[in-house]
Amino acid sequence: MSSQLLNTSSLPYCKGCGHDLIAKQSMKALEDLGFSPLDVIMVTDIGCHGIIDKCLNTHTVHGLHGRSAALGAGISYGLENPDKKVVVFIGDGGATIGLQHIMEAARLNLNMTVILHNNMLYGMTGGQTSGLTPKNFATTTSYEGNPLSGYDICALTHTAGASYTCRVLGIGDISDKFSSAFQVKGFSLLEIVEICPSYGVKLNPRRKLNEIVESSGRKIGEWENSRPAYKLSQGKKTKDLLSKVSIIDREYTHNLKEPISIILSGSAGEGVQLAAAILSKSAIRSGLDVTQKGSYPVTVGVGFSTAELNLSPGKINFHGINIPDVVIITSEDGLKHNLKRINNMKKGVLYIDKSLDIPETGAEIIQYDFRSVGAKNAALTSIVFFSKKSGIINYKSIFKTIESESMDKKLPVDKIKNSIAGL
Amino acid sequence: MQEKDKCERVLIDGSRLMIESMARAGADAFIGYPITPANLLYAYGSQRMSIMLPAPDEITTLQWMSGLSITGKIPVTATSYPGLALMIESVNMAYMMELPMVIVLVQRLGPATGTATCGAQGDLLALKGMMSGGHPLPVLATSNFEDCWKLSEKAVHIAAKLRTPVVLLTSKEEVMTQKSFDLNLLDNIKQTQLKYFDKDSNYKTYDAEGLVPEFLPVNQNVHQVRFNASTHDQYGILQHSSEDALNNTRRLEKKINEYLDEYTYYDYDQQDGAKNIVVSYGISSAAAIDAVSDLRKQGIKTSLLIPKTLIPVTNVYKKIINKYKKTVIAEENINNQFGQLLFGVERPENIRFVEGLGKMITPEEIIKEVKK
Ligand SMILES: Cc1ncc(C[n+]2csc(CCOP(=O)(O)OP(=O)(O)O)c2C)c(N)n1
Ligand code: SF4
Ligand SMILES: [Mg+2]
Repeated sequence: MSSQLLNTSSLPYCKGCGHDLIAKQSMKALEDLGFSPLDVIMVTDIGCHGIIDKCLNTHTVHGLHGRSAALGAGISYGLENPDKKVVVFIGDGGATIGLQHIMEAARLNLNMTVILHNNMLYGMTGGQTSGLTPKNFATTTSYEGNPLSGYDICALTHTAGASYTCRVLGIGDISDKFSSAFQVKGFSLLEIVEICPSYGVKLNPRRKLNEIVESSGRKIGEWENSRPAYKLSQGKKTKDLLSKVSIIDREYTHNLKEPISIILSGSAGEGVQLAAAILSKSAIRSGLDVTQKGSYPVTVGVGFSTAELNLSPGKINFHGINIPDVVIITSEDGLKHNLKRINNMKKGVLYIDKSLDIPETGAEIIQYDFRSVGAKNAALTSIVFFSKKSGIINYKSIFKTIESESMDKKLPVDKIKNSIAGL
Repeated sequence: MQEKDKCERVLIDGSRLMIESMARAGADAFIGYPITPANLLYAYGSQRMSIMLPAPDEITTLQWMSGLSITGKIPVTATSYPGLALMIESVNMAYMMELPMVIVLVQRLGPATGTATCGAQGDLLALKGMMSGGHPLPVLATSNFEDCWKLSEKAVHIAAKLRTPVVLLTSKEEVMTQKSFDLNLLDNIKQTQLKYFDKDSNYKTYDAEGLVPEFLPVNQNVHQVRFNASTHDQYGILQHSSEDALNNTRRLEKKINEYLDEYTYYDYDQQDGAKNIVVSYGISSAAAIDAVSDLRKQGIKTSLLIPKTLIPVTNVYKKIINKYKKTVIAEENINNQFGQLLFGVERPENIRFVEGLGKMITPEEIIKEVKK
């Protein structure tokens, strides 16, 4: 049995190796289905089955051990032409180390066919047990027979959602099975159970393939899921990420001679990061340079939430903050998280919610009720108060930022204004 | 520079600049698996790139990218060391197959899971030794927002031109911190295109004629293409160690080195009469800029070198450094990785090192070392 897809009939396997039948019949089946050599992209794994590339007239891609199903998947994603066929040659060893890749391709039902050469051991490396070695089958790492069952790869890929899965013995003419697998729209996997004369036959004398499969509880058969093949569908895309950021015009002046560092801290859910962004943008609106970053626990919904800001009349390079110039604390969580830094302050200003105990510090203390417009607005209230009190930037720039970001409907702007004396 | 009369000030992060730049430069797919501190890049990648695929792990990420690359796409991913560690065998594969792609490596504090939300500069030596055989893979390190823009473009261009994976090296603070920035400072980005083989003659996937073989994807029916990660000859056919195949392996290294001058990027701020030079890259370079400016104000003449192309190691940096009596290298690790790249494990006496672990190096620490 020869095929235009093969350039030789003498394949590089040991005499009697089951891989020979698979290569010949699969290539013949592709040809019979009308695929010309360059319609086919053969992705081969590492293992005896994978040394076939040089005998193929198709496109060939020879990658890593166990990764061929993922590599084939990547090719399948990138092919816009449905007339092309991605075929993956992989062994039971490759299917063991790369099981996840096969499952993922089956789950997505990607357009590709995996030809699984299951000779029940790692042929290339000396006949060791693989994850697909059946129970009681002897290998060079279990001479008395594998004490455990192997994975049922057909059941796994079928339940993952493969359009077509089939297990067959690698004996005689099985070209109809190859043909079925190749014609599938979506993901198909054909597991051919075969034997490696060099190790399998030697270690399991007189055992017949069908008996090995049956006694291990595996069924010969075909399993189908009727579901559509994968289609690349993407959510709404942005044509330009830069057009998503608002340009901030300089509309106000500032009162800052030297750079200052500010810590704003409170509890998760109390608007710290939002307030920090509003303060940053208001500072930019006032002609300052700004850096801003947040820190919070990995579980973002609980505990402290801290923002670190630098404001400067000139360019900011280094943005780290050791001992801050200004600390604004709106809750107990915020106080705890920054206590050491506050203790270390020898000068500067600490703005602190009036409900909290005053910590030891060399900073000037300014107390205020930041939580009067509700805990959710504590951070926002605090930055309005800070800008009014410090005079560094015009507090009006904050309300301008809120308005230009269309947040004035969502935030209680008037209530905050009313809560701060003199606004 | 773009011709715009007024300044366009925004509050922005480096991740956004990187993804937008790469998209404009010709990258067309983002594949990834989430990891802090690279998550912003992941989010922007999914919004911007025409193909975005969420991979189930980082090995799959690199394999899917390679597959896409084989069909003519230029894919991008972003990760941190734990993800890179899983990718390494596949990066070797992509290097061997000569597939263009960009890996943004956002450094965080290791070893292992370390501290996900803490920056670091601890992965340079791992990148240096990433390829079996010690072959170099281009590594560019960003040190400011202009770099996030410009070097991201360059990374895509180098990947396409040299047919290779390229690493953009950055760190947590660089890609997550929001800063005021004038969009007018951004140059236009040139879109790159993979150079396709377009002759009727016999095609060899790994033709040794030019240093970089012309590309053909698998979605064409004119020429047979053979991608191969095993040692192979010009046709892409597996060989044990034939002369042709070993020459091919030599060519892989040669092409990366040969074009190095074209992609050697650095900032050199030389002060006449200076006897000291501060050398720093990535996140620590901001502290170095402040330190040098302070030193100059104090009357201590000091030059500044910010290397951006880190691998292959160019001799340009050593030539500059050799002009000075004293060099202070600042990087956020405890073993002077860049210093080791330049000088080996035994640093000369006049090469000083300012270390950092779990926190950013400050300008004061650098100043102190220069003054010592
Ligand atoms: C990451 C990695 N681990 C291990 C190997 C060594 N290795 C090469 S082939 C092989 C097993 C091949 O077995 P199988 O996939 O069943 O193919 P067969 O040789 O039986 O056809 C292994 C373990 C490798 N190449 N790469
Ligand atoms: S070792 Fe076994 S699997 Fe490998 S070629 Fe020989 S018979 Fe086939
Ligand atoms: Mg096997």
